[in-house]
Amino acid sequence: MRAYAVRRLLMVIPTLFLVTVLVFLLVRFLPGDVIDVMQMQMERSWSRLGHEGIDRAAMERRLGLDVPVYVQYGRWVGGIVLRGTLGEPLMGGDTVEQSIAQRLPVTVQLGLMAIVIGLVIAVPVGIYSAIRQDTAADYVGRSLAILGLATPNFWLATMVILFPAIWWRWSPPLVLVSFADDPLGSLAGFAVPSLILGTYLSAATMRMTRTMMLEVLRQDYIRTAWAKGLLERSVILRHAVKNTLIPVVSLVALQVPILVGGSVIIENIFNLPGLGRLLVNALTIRDYPIVSGVNLVFAAVVVAVNLVTDLSYALIDPRVRYR
Amino acid sequence: MGAFADFFVRLRREKPLAVVLGSVLLLLIGVALFADVLAPFGPNEVFLMDRLQGSSARYPLGTDQLGRDFASRLIYGARLTLGVGLAATAVNVLVALVVGGVSGFIGGRLDLTVQRLVDAWMSIPGLLILLTVMSVVGRGVLQIIVVLGVLGGIGGSRVVRGAVIAAKEQVYFEAARAVGSSRWRTLLHHLLPNIAPVLIVIYSINIGAVVISEASLSFLGFGLPTTVPSWGGMLSREGREYMEIAPRLAVWPGLCLTVVVYCLNMVGDAVRDLLDPRLRGGSGRLGAYGAQAVSKATLPARPARK
Repeated sequence: MRAYAVRRLLMVIPTLFLVTVLVFLLVRFLPGDVIDVMQMQMERSWSRLGHEGIDRAAMERRLGLDVPVYVQYGRWVGGIVLRGTLGEPLMGGDTVEQSIAQRLPVTVQLGLMAIVIGLVIAVPVGIYSAIRQDTAADYVGRSLAILGLATPNFWLATMVILFPAIWWRWSPPLVLVSFADDPLGSLAGFAVPSLILGTYLSAATMRMTRTMMLEVLRQDYIRTAWAKGLLERSVILRHAVKNTLIPVVSLVALQVPILVGGSVIIENIFNLPGLGRLLVNALTIRDYPIVSGVNLVFAAVVVAVNLVTDLSYALIDPRVRYR
Repeated sequence: MGAFADFFVRLRREKPLAVVLGSVLLLLIGVALFADVLAPFGPNEVFLMDRLQGSSARYPLGTDQLGRDFASRLIYGARLTLGVGLAATAVNVLVALVVGGVSGFIGGRLDLTVQRLVDAWMSIPGLLILLTVMSVVGRGVLQIIVVLGVLGGIGGSRVVRGAVIAAKEQVYFEAARAVGSSRWRTLLHHLLPNIAPVLIVIYSINIGAVVISEASLSFLGFGLPTTVPSWGGMLSREGREYMEIAPRLAVWPGLCLTVVVYCLNMVGDAVRDLLDPRLRGGSGRLGAYGAQAVSKATLPARPARK
């Protein structure tokens, strides 16, 4: 186990290194120069004030863009590794890591609640669908899952805001309180957005649960359990479900990138002050240090979740660590 | 041609629902192609006097806040959504083929390097990459096709690589090399036809996701320009701003998207089931054992039906 864990941990280093390279280059090697954009934006607002254009060389120096790309990259990564800083935003204000730290709790709470809601919906329906395969209930469950995958979450969210507002003059509460101050109030504030995100996630989980459950139900030990006359309840709950859930939990880890994408959209619709909003705002004003910082944090979360999943898999399933 | 005819016969026999939904899709593609003929007005034809009107003979689905015929915009939206979806997915498959094919075919150190890069790439959530790149290249039809195609293709390259490596182990591949077939000839005449089903599967299952991605980007304001009537964009602007006065502005574009993506996903699943038995989701013959056993509380005496 230890050898596997060490090997798996070491694999994180090249991945994280390449992630920093990609995140950094994403905003720098593409056509269109940051300074051009800033110049354009500033001249547009300054011309009204009778101001002259900006000095390109001075601007490059100030933003640290006057040195070759690899030096810029070195400074950026050096800042992260040596000083734990993600840099200063181009438009001033808090440092990038301060902005991220402020907004991280909102996104984390939204994500965790969505995962829990997704599992609470998906697992029972998926299991029921499997044990009643090819019945009406199964078809309803599967159709809902496929429909759930096809419905864009931004539309679902819009409908959830729109129709209660028209019919009952009710709109989802948008006052957020921190979980530490008022746990119940905080859960209530996040209820509607995380319900939408969770419903979206549950579609794929439900299909996976059903497939895994069907596979488990074919195993010899389940047949043995039936043969020795156990009740349905105990065959399903004590023998089948446990073996179904391991791959389902790893699917949740695979869904983290989708969850991140979903939270960007949901935060923007519900005006939640999380990382997704921060990213979209930064992209709109093209504040690239913030963009790279947020992308890096999200990518690091994905790498970490994959690592934890692999390690816990190895802990549960001995076949993995002896591969 | 024989293989195609065979495929359609199987599709009709084994997946009747997919045939029905496929017909709906063909109908929508027809609407997209003949948008100019079908739409009563142009997508950006403004009648300021007729702002936010309800349904009428002149405007079947009413008008938006600028007095543009909403039905016409939805019809042109079909062209945009399906056109961008089909084109971007084509680029998607091409990129997957080149990246995965080269990596798998050449193998060795190159493969190792490319795969670590793909690992890192897949750690960054897709929508973040799309948003970031679109914000740099700017909105536009061509931009979104290239960005969705290239960026999505890198993830798909894994599947192609796997198929190429599996094909390399086959006897026909060795035989081709043994009779002196050149590298290019082997690639084009022996490898490509054998991984073609995988490419078709990637195409058919990716296209729904590509359509949703385009709509999400346009919704967030980083996809298509405002002059272009895309369903995602219509939801973000007129749809949400005026939805309390005219709910249909928010309802219809989303409904259209859901129907299109639903049909694409169902047809994609069917194509995958027929072409790639390894990826077949689900039930399996013996799966029925459990269900029957549950209903009768005994093991069935006869083998389970398919």
